[in-house]
Amino acid sequence: MAQERILVIGGGVAGMQAAAALREAGFAPLILERSAGMGGHVAQWDRLFPTQTQAQAVMAELSSAAQGIESVTGCEITSLTSDASGVTALSADGRRFEARATVVATGFDLFDARLKEEYGYGMYENVITSAELERMFREGRVTMRSGEAPRRVAILHCVGSRDEKVGQNHCSKVCCITGIKQAIELTEAVPGVEVTNFYMDLRAFGNGYEELYRRSQVEHGVTYIRGRISEAGETQDKRIQLKVEDTLVGRPLRMTVDMLVLLVGMQAPGCCAAFGLPRQDNGFFAPRDPYTGTVLSPVRGVYLAGTATGPKTIAESLNEATAVAARIKQDLAK
Amino acid sequence: MSYRYSNWQEYSKEIADDHYYYARSCIRQNFFPGSEKAFLDILREDLGMDIVEDPRHTTCTGIGYHSDVVPLETTMAIVARQFALMTECGYENYVASCITSFGIYSEVLDMWHHFPELEEKARENLFKATGREFRKPKILVHTSDLMFHVRERIAEKGVRRLVNASTGEPLRVVDHIGCHYAKVFPKKGIGGAEFPYVLAGMVEAWGGASVDYPERRHCCGFGFRNYLVQANRGYSVANSQKKLESMAPYNPDFIVANCPGCAMFLDRWQFTLNAMTGSRYAIPVLTYEEMAGLVMGIDPWELGLQMHQVPVEPLLDKLGVEYDPAAKYLGKNGKFIGQPLSVEAYNPAAL
Repeated sequence: MAQERILVIGGGVAGMQAAAALREAGFAPLILERSAGMGGHVAQWDRLFPTQTQAQAVMAELSSAAQGIESVTGCEITSLTSDASGVTALSADGRRFEARATVVATGFDLFDARLKEEYGYGMYENVITSAELERMFREGRVTMRSGEAPRRVAILHCVGSRDEKVGQNHCSKVCCITGIKQAIELTEAVPGVEVTNFYMDLRAFGNGYEELYRRSQVEHGVTYIRGRISEAGETQDKRIQLKVEDTLVGRPLRMTVDMLVLLVGMQAPGCCAAFGLPRQDNGFFAPRDPYTGTVLSPVRGVYLAGTATGPKTIAESLNEATAVAARIKQDLAK
Repeated sequence: MSYRYSNWQEYSKEIADDHYYYARSCIRQNFFPGSEKAFLDILREDLGMDIVEDPRHTTCTGIGYHSDVVPLETTMAIVARQFALMTECGYENYVASCITSFGIYSEVLDMWHHFPELEEKARENLFKATGREFRKPKILVHTSDLMFHVRERIAEKGVRRLVNASTGEPLRVVDHIGCHYAKVFPKKGIGGAEFPYVLAGMVEAWGGASVDYPERRHCCGFGFRNYLVQANRGYSVANSQKKLESMAPYNPDFIVANCPGCAMFLDRWQFTLNAMTGSRYAIPVLTYEEMAGLVMGIDPWELGLQMHQVPVEPLLDKLGVEYDPAAKYLGKNGKFIGQPLSVEAYNPAAL
């Protein structure tokens, strides 16, 4: 009997893991990836919280598990329909893919920091995003645009998260611990650098997160100030002047830093609106049930995994990807 | 630096080409008496626009409203009356000379939009008090919006550009935007609240170089109660000091502002700060109409530049403007209007 075709829309870590688990369960998965390569955001990252494991190590394991699985890259799915016989996905360039079921593992987009104009991203050369800092870590060279090493860096939490003004009311979940991790790595990459994190709440909820938060302060001298930066302005020497209220002491604060890192949040990608599937208020796909049906979409034949349903860690995404394969096997056997 | 403004169109707004009802500012006529006249002269006479001025209009109540001495209902009734006068004059476009007024009108229109019962109440109050009725303006702009809108036409008709006449280099201009222009409703300001373009657009169109500086968005220091309550005036001076400290390293040739209070305080407090702290600030401050007036070749004393605390002569010399030093303190009719007891004492650079 021919193996049943299952589409996996999205070739990030959740998509790769789901495809590997589906093959293991006896299906013929086909990964449809929008970009030119596999691995999504994780493939662009340097080290991962909370253990500071190289992202490439995780990618290598996933690539090995997904080796030989059929995939189409540069393929953006713009429409997804379902009926009693299965699902049909259409790509932007007119290709048609039919299968018995599909896993939607479309992930997230990084929030466009230009929308928070007060921070001057895209305007000031030393205002960068957390993703750009990871690229610097990967390249092994953290510098200001001038090539000089920064002596003082500010990391701003919740850029495009928990922010009604930009329509992003949800918490992106991983930014707090990413800010802690990046602060530590900055002190490792640039000896003597002073790093200050500006946060509104520090949500160190996962295993090892609180410990990392403490270590960043005790061993690496990272400073934490509770307060949102209200405004950034560029000085004559291209440094960034910040205005912020330290809300724990109730005092306004003005400081100048060499580099401002914006911890950009997770935002629902455009496909969440295009696929016509039910969505949550935060724009991500809605699972059938938030407790017992997290990998199920309310639409027959359509399954969900990873950050397609909202911000998650890598481990959570991979667990869902494994669970979705098991669930598909169980459903299709009926 | 123009990349900073590359996206200002995202905050563009509809500005009618012509036919405006003009509302003056309460305080500008005392602070900078030539500015409003220059605005009307340039737009009406040089550009042939139809701008009606109506002696019946009153304050918008802005200063009283922001000082908590005028209740909101009163402000709404008075705004309703201004709109009724516009309606009676047969106009649909309203241009306000004052940033505070522009903020008040924008705020009231927004409240009426969200709470129609407030509009009904204002209509009722106005009718009971005056028998008047009104239509809301189709277009509401600030005078700097309108001048921005016609900046290229002014550049075409201008007799000079904002360049140093001896070196040919563009003058370095820092701008200051009144807080109530775009900080209340960013979408109602050209360029928004963070990277405003309304004044920078004029500066660039007229040949100058707009200079960004870290405290560009900071309050000028007026801040209503910061100044109006005497005990708070230290805050007012301190805020102006922040601004001046921030812009001084860029060696600006002048400051341009689009708000009555801002132009006033950035000018007057330079003298105060020099006296208090021993600083030597002497950065001329112009309104955008005065800047346009110089571009159009209007005599600096006709423009009222003698009313500025910081002497403007060094700027006029840079621009190559000819002026009669002896005529500085002569009024419109040639009559002596008085002068500082000791001119030197009022010259910040001489302190």
